[in-house]
Amino acid sequence: MSVDIIRDTVTRIYEDINSQSLEKGDVLINTLHAIQDHYGNFIPIEAAEVLKDLTGTPLSRIYEVLTFYTMFSTSERGKYVIRICKSLPCHVTGGQEVIDALKKRLEIGMGETTDDGLFTLEETSCLGLCGVSPVMMINDEAYGNLTAGRVNEIIDDLVSRERGE
Amino acid sequence: MPAVENTVLICAGGACISAGEKSVKQVFEDSLRKYSLENVVRVVETGCMGACDLGPILVIYPEGVFYQKVTPESASQIVEEHILKGRIVDDLLYKGDAGELKTKPQEELPFFTEQVKIATRNLGVIDPLSIEEYVARDGYFALHKVLFEMSPEDVIETLKKSELKGRGGAGFPTWMKWDFTKKAKGDVKYVICNADEGDPGAFMDRAVLEGDPHTIVEAMTIAAYTVGAQNGFVYVRAEYPLAIERLTLAMEKAREYGFLGENILGTDFSFDLEIRIGAGAFVCGEETALINSIEGKRGIPRVKPPFPANKGLWQKPTLLNNVETYANIPPIIINGGEWFSQYGVEGSRGTKVFALAGNVKNTGLVEVPMGITVRKLIYEIGGGIPGGKKLKAIQTGGPSGGCIPVEHIDTPITYDTLKQLGTIVGSGGMIVMDEDSCMVDVAKYFLEFTVEESCGQCTPCRDGTRRMLEVLEKITDGEGTMEDLELLKDLGENIMSTSLCGLGQTAPQPVLSTMRYFWHEYEAHVLDKTCPAKKCKPLMRVVIDKEKCVGCTACARVCPVDAISGSVRKPHEIDPEICTRCGSCLQVCRFGAIRKVSP
Repeated sequence: MSVDIIRDTVTRIYEDINSQSLEKGDVLINTLHAIQDHYGNFIPIEAAEVLKDLTGTPLSRIYEVLTFYTMFSTSERGKYVIRICKSLPCHVTGGQEVIDALKKRLEIGMGETTDDGLFTLEETSCLGLCGVSPVMMINDEAYGNLTAGRVNEIIDDLVSRERGE
Repeated sequence: MPAVENTVLICAGGACISAGEKSVKQVFEDSLRKYSLENVVRVVETGCMGACDLGPILVIYPEGVFYQKVTPESASQIVEEHILKGRIVDDLLYKGDAGELKTKPQEELPFFTEQVKIATRNLGVIDPLSIEEYVARDGYFALHKVLFEMSPEDVIETLKKSELKGRGGAGFPTWMKWDFTKKAKGDVKYVICNADEGDPGAFMDRAVLEGDPHTIVEAMTIAAYTVGAQNGFVYVRAEYPLAIERLTLAMEKAREYGFLGENILGTDFSFDLEIRIGAGAFVCGEETALINSIEGKRGIPRVKPPFPANKGLWQKPTLLNNVETYANIPPIIINGGEWFSQYGVEGSRGTKVFALAGNVKNTGLVEVPMGITVRKLIYEIGGGIPGGKKLKAIQTGGPSGGCIPVEHIDTPITYDTLKQLGTIVGSGGMIVMDEDSCMVDVAKYFLEFTVEESCGQCTPCRDGTRRMLEVLEKITDGEGTMEDLELLKDLGENIMSTSLCGLGQTAPQPVLSTMRYFWHEYEAHVLDKTCPAKKCKPLMRVVIDKEKCVGCTACARVCPVDAISGSVRKPHEIDPEICTRCGSCLQVCRFGAIRKVSP
């Protein structure tokens, strides 16, 4: 993607967020979230150039933020980003079996995307749903009380939903 | 218009939603429409009711009948039987230990009756999106009282009498933070709510934000009036989209009703709030890292002092409290400081919300007076350990805490007593572990977490925790030596005394604490090359008992790596060279013929 193609979009997103903010400027993280949502689970690296022009923030600082936070990705991810909890409450209630089942079903490892571009598998720290552990999130939706069987059902459902469209 | 005959509360806390609440509600409402009952039955989605393992939960009033683990199919059954014919659906009721049916467990079970709900007073009771329901439960009365009857000094005095301490982990007296920020010089000040709840096993802040967002808006407005702030920020982690959504709506409503924004309640006091979203960095729960993140920077901690009370957000005086701390403020203002301090014990006053997770029967959230014993919390309220297993230890305080071994379960939970045991109250997460948990594995697990989440700014934390993890991996691989154990202790103590922020200063705690209480397990891994809990894969094998195996082939069919061989109706065998110790075969064997052994 070239800087010119995305300039208008990124500018619009930034100005929208900045105008709603109580304190002008320093809205980099919220802006990056919005850009990521807009492009579907990733941030085109060129957006940093546009943000530099808009905010005057040095490029190095924007890259710094982009790479520090685990939820931002500058490479394209699947339509469904699966975040599986790797925290202790999920671990002691069978989380590893669920992770193994997901890897086996999707035939990918952590941080990888399926060939059809549908799923990306990531680890996350505690999702705060420990009462129904093991837990995962697929985009903004949480799934609890997971077992190897239930994970396969959930993936099957999403795959057939995609095929139906 | 017909009068409402039934009000149905459906728990729409995060856990119940992830267990299928949305489709339950959909089917329930469709069934009501099918029988033209939609005008006489009111359906309300509430915040978290606390009993996560029973979800999705549905309670029907006026009777108060409590239905658990409701599925979409059973939702239509409830409409057809209970609502239409007045017959209780027995299959969906809570069952006691002897299998007896309990229609109203919320009035009988210690899990519910032993609680004193202050911070969580509205959870599961009101519709979090309805400002009217919040007001009907004395919502915004505290704000009114503060603006019209109290000076900032009065508010601080009330907090001082309440003896409320920060509920996020550090346990610093709340009134002192407010007082420091109020006295700090400067016209521009900020208040911040730390909603970056990240400790594994703690989820009370999520429940409060999702189930009672107005209490945060109200408490922060009171805080702003007290310290003299004009703007405030709620820093919510991006993993909590529902909390962000509900809080945003609550802020909009509060502005509309004059509780937030310009000239609050007609006075000349103005204050407004904004949500800033995290992006997946545990360290941002540390207050100065959080401030950097709000400023749009990398979330790395700053050197303290100066403390945020003097130089915080954009170098201005800033008050920071966590969600649960704020949630206690409105009731304290209404009822007075002494009312709050009547609960709890010396040095640890009031109530605390604990999150029960892991190997405990009743998982979920409970709010109880501080000073309660661990035994009462786990056995009486938590219902004990499932599957007839034995309790081994409880991990408290997440990656900054340690464990309470079973021999200390009669300890009352206070800031001081847990410190003496080598752990902390922390944010209130209680991860219960049964005899199947390996404590070396648990320690390794937390270290993996810290290594991942270390921001990389200071060397002891960035490199030191990584070295500790390598040593632990060596031990769980069966290659550790006694010198390694000494090295672990040494590294741990060094990291704690030389790291910059709270994350590094406490990161070795889970290792040191498990070494203190489970030294014999470390020794077993090092000297005998065994894992007593049979958890560490390099130190265990899965074997089939030839006497018990009937040759049903269930195990061979489920094995993902084809490590099991044998003909039908003849005993099977596992090839240890191929076996990955995944345990799938153990789960399918109906004859108890497969077991783990170590070594």
